Amino acid sequence: MSTPASPSSTDTGTEPVTEPVTGAAASASESAQRESLPGAAENTGADPGAKPYAAYLLGLADDAMVYAQRLGEWMTNAPQIEEDMALGNVALDLLGQARGLYPYIGSIDGTGRGEDDYAMQRDEREWHNVHLVEQERGDFADEMARLLWFSAYQVELHSALTGSGDDVVAGVAGKALKEVRYHLDHASLWVVRLGDGTEESHRRMQAALERVLPHLAELFDDDEASVLAADLDVGVLPSTLHDAVVARVARVVEQGTLTLPDGSRWRSRGGRAGIHSRPMGSLLAEMQHIARSHPGATW
Amino acid sequence: MTAVAVESSVAETISRIPDPEVPVISIADLGILRAVDVDEQAHTVAVTITPTYSGCPAMEAIASRIVFEAARQGYAADVRTQLSPAWTTDWMSDEGRAALLRFGIAPPGAVPVGEPHGPVAVTLSRHVVACPRCGSADTTEIAHFGSTACKALRRCNACLEPFDEFKAI
Repeated sequence: MSTPASPSSTDTGTEPVTEPVTGAAASASESAQRESLPGAAENTGADPGAKPYAAYLLGLADDAMVYAQRLGEWMTNAPQIEEDMALGNVALDLLGQARGLYPYIGSIDGTGRGEDDYAMQRDEREWHNVHLVEQERGDFADEMARLLWFSAYQVELHSALTGSGDDVVAGVAGKALKEVRYHLDHASLWVVRLGDGTEESHRRMQAALERVLPHLAELFDDDEASVLAADLDVGVLPSTLHDAVVARVARVVEQGTLTLPDGSRWRSRGGRAGIHSRPMGSLLAEMQHIARSHPGATW
Repeated sequence: MTAVAVESSVAETISRIPDPEVPVISIADLGILRAVDVDEQAHTVAVTITPTYSGCPAMEAIASRIVFEAARQGYAADVRTQLSPAWTTDWMSDEGRAALLRFGIAPPGAVPVGEPHGPVAVTLSRHVVACPRCGSADTTEIAHFGSTACKALRRCNACLEPFDEFKAI
């Protein structure tokens, strides 16, 4: 496979597939990219299907895809078999949400890629998910803290996106909203149960709430791609979701006799621009190994 | 509500295809078959289906079964998946609900308005589900997720049997 292209080297023409880092970059380098893509060489004129907010949707799809992969690791590792099934089911919903977006992104970013191309054939620097979803799974309490925050975020996100000016985006969001509400409910029950449980479970749940904190700010960053998508009435500005998400989480934390920690001394950044933390490499290696070892294999 | 008016033999065959994961209920009674348009001249049939959940793994099996059954009657089927409007258990027919009950699965109740369960609930049993075996309303949720994406697991406190509940969404 090719080595990951850095954002500044995407126009050198040496890489067969490159991802726009932001929506603005997507429109600026659009025609150059189309010419460099396999199978798209004949399509050098203005593409009537091309839309400039593909990078925004890619961030949303990648969040769902990467978190589905992480959650899937709990199968045979959760504290009880019911929880193996629960987290497997949550992962399946997220995988479905990603699959709802990838083929559509392929139809609007000028590359014509399919879902497997996005999931299996991209290198680390071409992924646009936040660091939160790529972190190693850790303690079960860590997972419930992450699921609580991420599903609270997804509830607000998809509520807003049901009003998207893009019908496909609105359709995926309307479907996802029913699912992520249930995920939030599930995480809430566990956080309350662990927080208001034994001294040990309370201590570990509180520690998990503190450990997840540095990775939350990225969810609410108004990066270039989301600003563009919001301007086009397709996406929502992430910063506008912040207060409602915190309010949802705070209610659960309070009911679990836990404390919502104050701000963190550091925060992660870079995920939406394709710059990831250490666990991302091994996640992709595990997820993509078979597909990349046997290119084009079907079964 | 049954979504599709059945007017021809091939449409009827398609509407009776069982759900692969809950085979006691047909795709029409489940409410996931949204449209069947038969062109008798061209011997083609355009079929629209919608998933119960975004990641429902049965969709591909259902689509290929539709193509197979249509081909057996000499029709070429074009199966499309449609996400919007999102599927709801309210689309399940009365016949479908009765079939689930006979099979030992509690049919879905009314879909909650807005937030399904409120922001936080303290206990696991938040709505009344009757036991499909003995009819007792004294049942408890064991697990939030069951054997498929569309079900949760409960136990009857009267007859002590565990059972699946079809979740209302």
